Amino acid sequence: MPFGNTHNNFKLNYKADDEYPDLTKHNNHMAKVLSKEMYGKLREKQTPTGFTLDDVIQTGVDNPGHPFIMTVGCVAGDEESYEVFKDLFDPIICDRHSGYKATDKHKTDLNFENLKGGDDLDPNYVLSSRVRTGRSIKGYALPPHNSRGERRAVEKLSVEALNSLDGEFKGKYYPLKSMTDAEQEQLIADHFLFDKPVSPLLLAAGMARDWPDARGIWHNENKTFLVWVNEEDHLRVIAMQKGGNMKEVFKRFCVGLQRIEEIFKKHNHGFMWNEHLGFVLTCPSNLGTGLRGGVHVKLPKLSTHAKFEEILTRLRLQKRGTGGVDTASVGGVFDISNADRIGSSEVDQVQCVVDGVKLMVEMEKKLEKGESIDSMIPAQK
Amino acid sequence: MASMFTRVLSGRNTAVIMAGLGAGTLVSSYIMMTESGVSAGEKKKLYPPSADYPDLRKHNNCLASALTPAVYGQLRDKLTPNNWSLDQCIQTGVDNPGHPFIKTVGMVAGDEESYEVFAEIFNPVIKDRHNGYDPTTMKHPTDLDSSKITSGMFDENYVLSSRVRTGRSIRGLSLPPACTRAERREVERVVVQGLSGLKDDLAGKYYSLTEMTEQEQQQLIDDHFLFDKPVSPLLTCAGMARDWPDARGIWHNNEKTFLIWINEEDHTRVISMEKGGNMKRVFERFCRGLKEVERLIQERGWEFMWNERLGYILTCPSNLGTGLRAGVHVRLPLLSKDSRFNKILDNLRLQKRGTGGVDTAAVGDTFDISNLDRLGKSEVELVQCVIDGVNYLIDCEKKLEKSQDISIPPPVAQSKK
Repeated sequence: MPFGNTHNNFKLNYKADDEYPDLTKHNNHMAKVLSKEMYGKLREKQTPTGFTLDDVIQTGVDNPGHPFIMTVGCVAGDEESYEVFKDLFDPIICDRHSGYKATDKHKTDLNFENLKGGDDLDPNYVLSSRVRTGRSIKGYALPPHNSRGERRAVEKLSVEALNSLDGEFKGKYYPLKSMTDAEQEQLIADHFLFDKPVSPLLLAAGMARDWPDARGIWHNENKTFLVWVNEEDHLRVIAMQKGGNMKEVFKRFCVGLQRIEEIFKKHNHGFMWNEHLGFVLTCPSNLGTGLRGGVHVKLPKLSTHAKFEEILTRLRLQKRGTGGVDTASVGGVFDISNADRIGSSEVDQVQCVVDGVKLMVEMEKKLEKGESIDSMIPAQK
Repeated sequence: MASMFTRVLSGRNTAVIMAGLGAGTLVSSYIMMTESGVSAGEKKKLYPPSADYPDLRKHNNCLASALTPAVYGQLRDKLTPNNWSLDQCIQTGVDNPGHPFIKTVGMVAGDEESYEVFAEIFNPVIKDRHNGYDPTTMKHPTDLDSSKITSGMFDENYVLSSRVRTGRSIRGLSLPPACTRAERREVERVVVQGLSGLKDDLAGKYYSLTEMTEQEQQQLIDDHFLFDKPVSPLLTCAGMARDWPDARGIWHNNEKTFLIWINEEDHTRVISMEKGGNMKRVFERFCRGLKEVERLIQERGWEFMWNERLGYILTCPSNLGTGLRAGVHVRLPLLSKDSRFNKILDNLRLQKRGTGGVDTAAVGDTFDISNLDRLGKSEVELVQCVIDGVNYLIDCEKKLEKSQDISIPPPVAQSKK
């Protein structure tokens, strides 16, 4: 739970050694990096909004490890966290994002016309296509740290911005507080709504405080463009539809995002972004593009092939169950998405998904016919 | 102090200083636009208490019944000497609107001073939870003289086990919602050191949660000795599970009849228990053990948190006063199905729980029956109340076995001093 500025001053009465967390049984990125020396050096610091080192690492201290993935184990409370605690964040970002250096620059490209193909994924295999990202709004602390007043201000501004959209983006906001149980269950069943957080990774970081105050979901009338307000980030923006036309999904994603950004800028609350980290989000794993472009695809044969994991790695893709992160696959249907977030652009990452899924569907078809796929196995991208 | 001075120069204050140096509005506006959040000082102006007031319309806990925008406005910006705030006290009540079995309190203390600094909200909550006990006018009696207990031996055909528990906080160290890792480790050190001085039937050993084997842990859970890793949102939302299992552990005597939990929901929970119905012996050991532990920590210059208005100071307002829960596991197959059961319990000032403790339902016909009250009556009074009450329940059960009728007893007097 986030402490105010002044509690950190009180803690300084105790020696760094006495406060240093016991990470001997831990296996997350934070635990790998945070030495006693680093802890001693950083504990006196705090961001302008009062976010401290202990606030940053609490989730990593409370959650030693995760069965499926190596978790990050730290969060940002505001934009400056990444600067004030760069000694901690830089090596974590480097480790998590395949060697991204503190001096590297990140490229942003939301020009959907640069995507090649993506409109011909076989709908017999590709059941649905989706692209999501997150955005943080300048001038407000992030979900681990914000007060109720700030969270409500984010909601108010977001709803104003979203309600001004028109055309295919015309839609409506459903605050969690006043949603009926029936509406809520429908949205969950449609894969639209976010759950009340139960993951200890989120809870320990203080992101579920005051639930469901100032949380909600906005979506357009066609249910193809959705925005989550105040879940793990200020905004999560999602474009999705049934079938394999990722090109169309990505176009809607880019256009919608740019329209929203214009409105926020007019209110002097643009998105948090810089040329090193790209879009700034709560979890370091989402820096850069914050983009996860993926499909639900039937790969019953390929997924049991000995080289499945290796193929995914080489294609720079990642698999998840159809319930999202923290779930297992059901009935041979996998959620396949880009593994990278930073160091490559939005177009690059969606291109990876499009090309990679196309190849894997072809492999699946080959395996159905009892043929070998050895010649199709790609080189490392 | 160099570090404090550097802090002053960060954030918006930089704009003020630079403007003063003639750098002008260009710099100030640059700072405003690149800063993603507002400094703590600015926040108070941008977000008045009304902006932060929690939405408690769907809530049903003591906090929600007592908190008003006026009180919140007065208290929001105050801090205890350990820099604990109102928002931190009430977070658990905001996050947990209600509980299926009981009306929860909805707030916790971060330190001893919380009860003073935020008295305007704690006092009505205490009054609500403790039957009108008014901390501003009343005094709480402490009495750990177990020789005063009568009829403390239950019929063991019905009573399977007897137990008395309380909590104690170490004065000068923050409570579990607020404590830093260093403070929590200090609590562990102070208490374990004290306990190592216990002798004879109280002599025992400490098992730290971080070093305990899984086998030892499972054995202790099966014996009803060990506390679980917290899953209740009431506790986790209050921040009590931070850094688990660091500096948590259990101490028990060799006979496993006297146990201390360290750094769970309170600094310490002290438990005396045994199979069977000898509540008098359980309480005697309880009092003796508590006094011995107090003496041992006092030797090293420490003491328990206590004052004459609120008795023993613990994390949750529901445990103020004695912090005492004296109870039995008792079989009441017939009485528990009688429609008058709950009313009888009410009048006897008793509470029923499942045999897994609070938040559980009863299994079969065996109930955990204990005192409802904590504050305003002494330890001796409360234990006697449980003894008299449970004897009454057993009497009812026996009557029902013989198809005789039972009656609802008159309500036990609630002392208001």
